[in-house]
Formats: sequence, C-alpha cells, structure tokens
Amino acid sequence: MAQDLAAVAKQIRIDIIEETAAAGSGHPGGSLSCTDILTVLYFDKMNIDPANPRWADRDRFVLSKGHAAPALYATLAERGYFPREDLKTLRDIDSHLQGHPNMNDTPGVDMSTGSLGQGLSAANGMALAGRLDGKDYWVYCVLGDGELQEGQVWEAAMSAAHYKLDNLIAFVDHNGLQIDGPNDAVMTVNPIDEKFAAFGWHVQVIDGSDLEAISAAIDAAKAETGRPSVIVCETVKGKGVSFMENQVGWHGKAPDAAQAEQALAELAAE
Amino acid sequence: MNAATRVAYGEALVELSQTNPDVVVLDADLGEATNTNKFHKACPERYFDMGISEADMMATAAGFAAAGKIPFASTFAVFAAGRAFDQVRNSIAYPNLGVKIGATHAGISVGPDGGSHQAIEDIALMRALPNMTVICPSDDVEARAATFAAVDIDGPVYLRFSRYATKTFHNDDYTFKVGKGEILREGADVALIACGLMVNEALAAAEELAGFGVSARVVNMPTIKPLDNDLVLDCARTCGKIVTCEEATIIGGLGSAVCELTARMCPVPVARLGVNDVFGKSGDVPGLFEEYGLTAAHIVKKVNSLLS
Repeated sequence: MAQDLAAVAKQIRIDIIEETAAAGSGHPGGSLSCTDILTVLYFDKMNIDPANPRWADRDRFVLSKGHAAPALYATLAERGYFPREDLKTLRDIDSHLQGHPNMNDTPGVDMSTGSLGQGLSAANGMALAGRLDGKDYWVYCVLGDGELQEGQVWEAAMSAAHYKLDNLIAFVDHNGLQIDGPNDAVMTVNPIDEKFAAFGWHVQVIDGSDLEAISAAIDAAKAETGRPSVIVCETVKGKGVSFMENQVGWHGKAPDAAQAEQALAELAAE
Repeated sequence: MNAATRVAYGEALVELSQTNPDVVVLDADLGEATNTNKFHKACPERYFDMGISEADMMATAAGFAAAGKIPFASTFAVFAAGRAFDQVRNSIAYPNLGVKIGATHAGISVGPDGGSHQAIEDIALMRALPNMTVICPSDDVEARAATFAAVDIDGPVYLRFSRYATKTFHNDDYTFKVGKGEILREGADVALIACGLMVNEALAAAEELAGFGVSARVVNMPTIKPLDNDLVLDCARTCGKIVTCEEATIIGGLGSAVCELTARMCPVPVARLGVNDVFGKSGDVPGLFEEYGLTAAHIVKKVNSLLS
C-alpha cells in the first residue's frame, strides 16, 4: 500500500505542475505541500465512491485552503471523479475546474472555498448534519497555516470542541510560508499545536510528507471520542520540486515552460 | 395579531419543526431577541447556538445545507448582512446553497440600541448578491407565510424582520407569492411602492392624500429580489409617478431597484423615501421615524412635491 501511495502522490505532483503550467496561473507551492495528505485521504482512508460523488453516506472533504485546488483536482482525477485530460483546462473559461473549488462545477468537490477561514465552519456543519442523521461518515478539512490568521478559524475551532465533533478531523498544512513571507514574519501563528489544544482539540504534530505518519495519525484521530482532532502536518511548500521547495515566491506563480520541464524531470526521477 | 414580524418568524419556525424534519435553526446568542428560542424549546436537538460568531454561523449553515438540511440562520440584520457578508457571499450565495437567513431587528425601528445596530444597508447588500432572494414582510401574517415560502425556494433567501410591532393588515386567507407584489389600494395619480414597516405608513398616507383629492395606489412589494417587474411597470404606466418607501437607505434598496427598472423600461419620476444616507441613532421608534422622515406625513409631502 505504501508503495502504491507514493506512486500516486508522485503522479499528483506531476499533475499539479502540468495543470498550473497549462493554466499559466495557480498555486503550485501550497498544492505540492498538501499532496501527501490528500493522497492518504483519497486513496487509503476516505469512504467514497467516485461514481457517486453525492452519495449521502460518503466521507466529506473540505479544502479550506481553497487555492490548493490544483492538488484537489489532481487527486479527484486520479481517483476517478473525472477524466485526467480535464486537468490541463484548469482556470480556462469553459472549464469545470475553477481557480478555486466549486461544488456545483466539479464532481467530487464537497464545498466551494477560496475565501480563507470559512471551510472549517462548513466542515463543522456537515459533521453536525451527519450526527443528526445518525450517519457515521467522517468529515476531513485541510487548512493552511497562514489561514489560521483568519479569526473565523478560531470561531470554528471553538464550535467544533463545544459540539464535541469527534467525527471531524482537520489538518494544518504547516509549510511555514505565506504570500508576504514566513508566517511568523507576517503575523505570528505559532505555536499551532498549543492553540488547538487550548481550544479543546486532540492534537498531533507529524511529518506531513510521510505517508505512513499521516495514515497512522488519522487512525489515532479516529480513535478519539468526545472532541475533534487536528493533525498539524510539518510540510514543505513546493515539495518535490527543488527550486520551489521552501520558496515564498512559488505561492501563486505558475511555472513557465522551461521551469515546468525541469520540475517534471525531477519528479519523474524520484 | 399585530405582532412584530420577528415574533411571527419565531412561531413559524416552531410550526416548521413539526412539519419538516430537515429544518435546522442556528443563532448567534440572540435567540431570545430573534425568537428562534421558540424553536430551541420545541426542538432542541435541531437548534444550534453558535455563540457570538456570526461568520462561523453562516458558513456552518452552509455546511448543513451542503449535507441536505434546510438551515435557518438568525441574528440581527446588521450582523447577518454586514459582519458576515463574505461568508454569505462566498459560502452561501456563490455555491447557491439553500440557507435561509432570518435577519431580525432590521432598520431604524431597532430604536434604543442606536446606529451601530440599525441596519439600513442590508437590503442593498443582499440585493447585490447573485442567487439571493430578498424578502421584506410587512406584517406578521406575511412574515409567517414568507418563512414557509423560503423553505420551498431553491437557493439562499434573506428574510428581513423587524423588532417593532406592526399593525396586521393581511387576512388569514392571504396567499403570499414570492416575487409578487400586491395592490392594497387602487389609485391613479401616484403609486406608493412600499415594503416592511413602511406599508402601513403608505396606507395611512394614501388615506390622507385622498382627502386632498389625490388618488394614490398603494403597493406592498415584499420581494425586493426578484422584483415584481410587471407590477412596477404597471404602476409606472398607470400612475405616471412613483414614490418608493423603505425603512432602509435610499441607496441600493427597493427604491433603487424600482429606478433601475423604470429608467430602462418606462422612465417616470421616482422619488425614493427612506433613510437619506445617514446612520441611525438611539431613540423611541415614533420619534425616530419622525426625525428620519419615515412617516405617512413624510410620504404625503414627498407625493405633493412630486406632483407639483
């Protein structure tokens, strides 16, 4: 399984480079950093059916850091929600692949996001609805680290703990960078783990590029009862592409043809 | 009977709790004021107080809707449309999720709390959002009907309710139709197109105008988006002059909607009565209506200057 997942993650990273290069815009850095999380979720953990994207009993996923859409789209395509060749139409005027996830356009997208700080609240609503319906589906949510500067995230964190949402598992893609620089140079967010713990969550901190660690953390989170879980993933922005790794500048810039070629060569050689 | 529309809203929610298992209600620590506490008592397992976190409430409601529920999310209008605007825009309206926003305490009639709490811009804000239906009921009968109607509207709805009690003028056999206004009184010299608390003022104004030989048609326009274009144009063609009346800023609300239509299709003089681009203040409601130009007498004055 581990070998398979590594191959999937590699393919998703290749897709991300191809998508953004074709679009000429998009967010490769933060898409590459959360690829491993999405890989484990969609290919190992989530109870889903690509043939029935609106299946009422499915596990839900909210990409609160919606700009990482290229990663989500690549994951959904590889998982079978829509044809792989759609990926190169990212952000095109006639494409269902919008710049930020649109639940009405793209099969497999459970919630429209893009304006940061709102996805965790929506995930809470889904978790509450699931409990009300007596269903046992899980709700997963991936947040960015810069995104934690949005106050609404903490409103949602408060709510999740208050309502004891133990069917909710959040991830923080802690790659340490945002648009204007490193997180703590812009507006201090650390210590992330202590903040969530103070809000009443079960907290784990793991290597977010380690597929096994992600898998184990999800299992540990699922075993928790009476409180929501967050997995703070120490990740690398631009992971997999040497000239993008840990670089602030690759947040929202697409690689040009030459850069894409180099990136793809590196990924292929992995 | 003669209850504030927020009270009728709260009671309608209780009726819905019994007839529709998919309805859930969210509030932001204002259940006693918004009257959602009635639903809380009736159906506690489907009531979710989100605390003083309006942004969280709106996006959580979106999550409920995405998972197949019919959520009513309530707080004061100033917070529903203003504080949580981005959440309403991006988590509700943009994905076209069927969240029903029960916004109470709209307008100057909030009274003593003052300008920080008197939403005058909420109609304009909500009207500018694609996919949003905007309804402003004029009395308790209509408020109850609008709440039920909202359930059947496919997509998000903004329901504007008042804190202040209104005189009931609809009968129990009134059939509320989304997107349709109603002619309450016929007339040919001028059309008074009003919504919410201003409908009663318009009716009183028409009565006074009749005494001077001016026949004013009075129209209740509860749905501001989508506007009843046919009725508005009929008013323009039949009466030739229009005065719009709303307990909101004259920028961007009912008056603007009417102007946008008539300017394009049937240009006639339109005078907009409402709050004249100023914030509210603390006071008693009758005194505030007097000061802010929201009374029948002010409507009469507006008509007279339009006709002269």
